[in-house]
Amino acid sequence: MQDFAEAFRLAFHLVSQMDDELAAIIALSLRVSLTAVAISALIGLPLGALLATTRFRGRGGLLVLVNALMGLPPVVVGLLAYMMLSNAGPMGFLQLLYTPTAMIIAQAILITPIVTALSRQVLEDLNTEYAEQFASLSVPWATRVGALIVDARYGLLTVLLAGFGRAVAEVGAVIIVGGNIAHLTRVMTTAIALETSKGDLALALALGIVLLAIALSVNAAVMSLRLTAERTAHG
Amino acid sequence: MADRLAIDAAAGQAIARSTAGQLPLNVLGLTWKAGGKRLIDVISLQLGDGGVTVIMGPNGAGKSLLIRLLHGLLEPETGEITWNGERAGDGTRAQQAMVFQKPVLLRRSVSANIDFVLKLKGGADPTYRDELLARAGLADKARQPARAMSGGEQQRLAMVRALASKPQVLFLDEPTASLDPASVHMIETMIADVRKEGVKVVLVTHDAGQARRLAHDVVFLHRGRVAEHTPAASFFDNPSSSPARDYLAGKIVL
Repeated sequence: MQDFAEAFRLAFHLVSQMDDELAAIIALSLRVSLTAVAISALIGLPLGALLATTRFRGRGGLLVLVNALMGLPPVVVGLLAYMMLSNAGPMGFLQLLYTPTAMIIAQAILITPIVTALSRQVLEDLNTEYAEQFASLSVPWATRVGALIVDARYGLLTVLLAGFGRAVAEVGAVIIVGGNIAHLTRVMTTAIALETSKGDLALALALGIVLLAIALSVNAAVMSLRLTAERTAHG
Repeated sequence: MADRLAIDAAAGQAIARSTAGQLPLNVLGLTWKAGGKRLIDVISLQLGDGGVTVIMGPNGAGKSLLIRLLHGLLEPETGEITWNGERAGDGTRAQQAMVFQKPVLLRRSVSANIDFVLKLKGGADPTYRDELLARAGLADKARQPARAMSGGEQQRLAMVRALASKPQVLFLDEPTASLDPASVHMIETMIADVRKEGVKVVLVTHDAGQARRLAHDVVFLHRGRVAEHTPAASFFDNPSSSPARDYLAGKIVL
């Protein structure tokens, strides 16, 4: 129990001092996960809009697939990305394994289905509401999709924050393709796993506190977005 | 010389067509089914130029369905709808507008709601937009979020937004159904003004007083059929069909 209290004391000390190593780990975590969210937004939002506004053969099957992929285990994504990026894999020539880029790719694969499925839901609900008015105005498809994305902006931002929360907290994918190399591919979650197994609970806890703080801020951001949306009658 | 006359005649016809606009409306043998039930059960109807045509009838008579079919939002099961000879569809709808019972406003500012339609129909026009806002009594709310306004203000915005495309025909589906008397009065004034500008108005309403104030002619629907189509002057005092008589007498018509 003494150790436990001591670990907490040290952890808060580390966070308040914010030494270079800790700062570098946090910065890399944020860079990797934010880039992954940006990529998943570029792919997932248009895909979600397409699924929300068009009817075609096989759409039902595609929806089931995308929804199922939301629950992809990070280690499985890590394994697939590893196989793709390793020297023997189809993209091995890029020499990306054990780089931050590989980690970004893995996290983007992990959260693109989440962004696609959730934005599809948000946009489809709005599309149902607007459908008859837009039909009356003969709004062309591209304009309709653009208007839906603009008008659902608060809901879609919440979707992206959910994707970010998932990415920044996962460990399975980044540890496989990143390798948890110090000063190169070590992020918060992989560092926590490593330090815990080494018995350095203080550093692990310090990182855990930062991770919790990030999770809390993301949730606070989601809530304030929701309040803003309600205040301006976006709901 | 003969050629010259032929060209003039053709040009004259083209002009006549464009000024005659979309009327008359001809509906012939129209039916529409949903869930195996005929909700529009062989309707034939002719509407002429000008004036407000009011569509009345009990719930489930097919009023909202009928104007959606006329507007080309739904495809007829059988039968034909033609606006001045042109089949109802994308082409005719471009010259028409519709206001729904519950206004569907974009999650944007009041003025952005009108800008959206103006851009869609030709181009941004801030002067015309401000004119429309003034007409709805919303000039001071231009920058407010549209959906934060009261129900009456939202419906007024929906009205002028519908006018933004300068339609020849305006469909109104119970536009004042759940509004306070002051808003009802404003909307009715707008409808009367629009009619004076030569726009054909097709209004669905349950409000007999409103119908009496605005109607030029009344189409009374009952169970998916036209029970009667009568000039307003005689409809309210002397309806020719028994469902309309019962309805106006305040009896429950099913």
